[in-house]
Amino acid sequence: MFAYLVKRVFQAIAVMFVISLIAFAIQGNLGDPLRELVGQSVSEEVRQQLRDELGLNDSFLTQYLRFAGNALQGDLGTSYFFKEPALDVIMKKLPATLELVFGATLIIVGLSVPLGVYTAIKPDTILSRIIMGLSIVGISIPVFLTAILMIFVFSVSYGWFPSFGRGDVVHVWGYWETNFVTADGWMHIILPSFALASIMLPLFVRLIRAEMMEVLQSEYVKYAVAKGIRPWRIYFVHALKNTLLPVITVGGVQIGTMVAYTILTETVFQWPGMGFMFLEAVNRVDTPLIVAYLIVVGFIFVVTNTIVDLIYGLVNPTVNLARMGA
Amino acid sequence: MSLLSVRDLTVKFAMRDETVTALNGISFDVAKGERLGIVGESGAGKSITGFSLMNLISRPGYVDRGEILLDGEDVVKMNDKRLRQLRGDKMAMIFQDPMVTLNPVLTIGQQMIETLLAHRKLSREEARQIAIVKLREVYIPSPEDRLDQYPHELSGGMRQRIIIAIALLLDPELIIADEPTTALDVTIQADIMELLLELCQSNKVGLILITHDLGVVSQMTERTLVMYAGRIIEAGRTREIINDPQHPYTQGLINALPQQTLPGHKLRQIPGNMPSLTNIPPGCPFNPRCEYATDLCRSKLPEVIQYGEVQVACHEVERLHAEGARQEQNA
Repeated sequence: MFAYLVKRVFQAIAVMFVISLIAFAIQGNLGDPLRELVGQSVSEEVRQQLRDELGLNDSFLTQYLRFAGNALQGDLGTSYFFKEPALDVIMKKLPATLELVFGATLIIVGLSVPLGVYTAIKPDTILSRIIMGLSIVGISIPVFLTAILMIFVFSVSYGWFPSFGRGDVVHVWGYWETNFVTADGWMHIILPSFALASIMLPLFVRLIRAEMMEVLQSEYVKYAVAKGIRPWRIYFVHALKNTLLPVITVGGVQIGTMVAYTILTETVFQWPGMGFMFLEAVNRVDTPLIVAYLIVVGFIFVVTNTIVDLIYGLVNPTVNLARMGA
Repeated sequence: MSLLSVRDLTVKFAMRDETVTALNGISFDVAKGERLGIVGESGAGKSITGFSLMNLISRPGYVDRGEILLDGEDVVKMNDKRLRQLRGDKMAMIFQDPMVTLNPVLTIGQQMIETLLAHRKLSREEARQIAIVKLREVYIPSPEDRLDQYPHELSGGMRQRIIIAIALLLDPELIIADEPTTALDVTIQADIMELLLELCQSNKVGLILITHDLGVVSQMTERTLVMYAGRIIEAGRTREIINDPQHPYTQGLINALPQQTLPGHKLRQIPGNMPSLTNIPPGCPFNPRCEYATDLCRSKLPEVIQYGEVQVACHEVERLHAEGARQEQNA
């Protein structure tokens, strides 16, 4: 178990190295940072001098090593626009994004399992056909369109939910302010969460349904029937556990992907998270902030995947973590 | 009264273009504690017979007509609740491949205890104790530890022993074993069969043994059904069928046994293959492979007749018998 953990951590470090290299390489291709820093009115000599001071004339390797060294100490550069450390800017926005992802994850987990299981057990009912039809629609419509439609229907036409912002948030700790305490906070997070879940949820319903249908054809399910086990126990103990094993692996990757999808959802709902921040940073050519965002998102991706792999090992008895480390 | 009485059982499969008849008017009985063998090549309908006794035929298959009376109750017409009560309790089944029969994510103990709890009002601890006793009966070493293990930690032979133990958990009256050793190493096949025979005899359990191996049938069973293309073509006491087979197909099966051939000689196989269910020849389904076939065989389906001690479905049985007797005299 410990050996496996060490191995996974080393893999994670290798992945982070590649991510940092790519993110840093982007930096040099996003235009001249001096234009953003000093504007038009500064002479060429002064610019050259500033370039030397900022180390922009050093070789790529020197610049990368300096960047990586700083990054390891938690310094991902200073945002040109906010004039603060980029990491601080992101950390302020991170809780809003994570809460949004958490809300969407709750919706996905809470709905995909019952819907997936139902459509697998009763594939021929009208309800199943409707669910499967809607899931195709859900996968096909881009997130921003779903979000705008939801605002149009639920905010503008019916006025049930607010259309933008986080509403009443309660300060918890550090930069963390939460939506999940006040009624107003809940009202604000519901629409964005559903919008964010709109692609993943149908994907998971279909995935669970397909896996479940396959498992229901297996010999061990037939054997359980031959033993006289009750249907609900066959579905939820014998079949579901085997169904969820592959789903967990895919799920881990998708949680990471959702963090990235927040860019669209947050922009439409004016959600003050790091996806919205990233889009603004791109508009302002705020290179350090863009690079810092890519690294933080990459980091979240790597961490969730590592955790998911460890959970998979714990859930699946045929995976021997101790042996895999060797 | 017999324990199990199958009458005119017909099972069909609704395929996309046509409906295929997999079992065609099967009738047989199993007395209490009797051991019956069902033999035939792949595709003869042996396994479908076994599964339909438990009403485990699933779509697109269905029982078209006939009845399966278990102690006078018709399994075909039973509702789900009553079926659930019978399955695993009065009738238990042993599947073919122990590597895929047990659920990989549940421990041996969970899979045994759930079976007991599905049928009896017991505490978990009581169920656990029964499971340990049954594991000991099938010679599983240190059964207490096995209960907490997962199937993948055990060998194929060990798993099949556990499946036999599960079949015996609720002291059933009938066990249906569908080629229980086909997926196992040759070295342990005999062990498993011996164990199954021993337990059926000591517990007075009826057994339906589905196999393609006539050698196994002769050791294990009292009566035998020979199936071909979804029909029973010969039935009777195992000793008679092995020693004096009447149907040319049964004779072919026995001649094909390796024991019937001298070392170094080619095995005497039956020429040709079992016809596909979508393309069964007119007349006797065996006629294209039968060296004695006449025009009558190619046009009219033979009825099952009583011939001596056995029932057989063959037009030419009298002639074959006479020829067989003449050959013996000449020899």
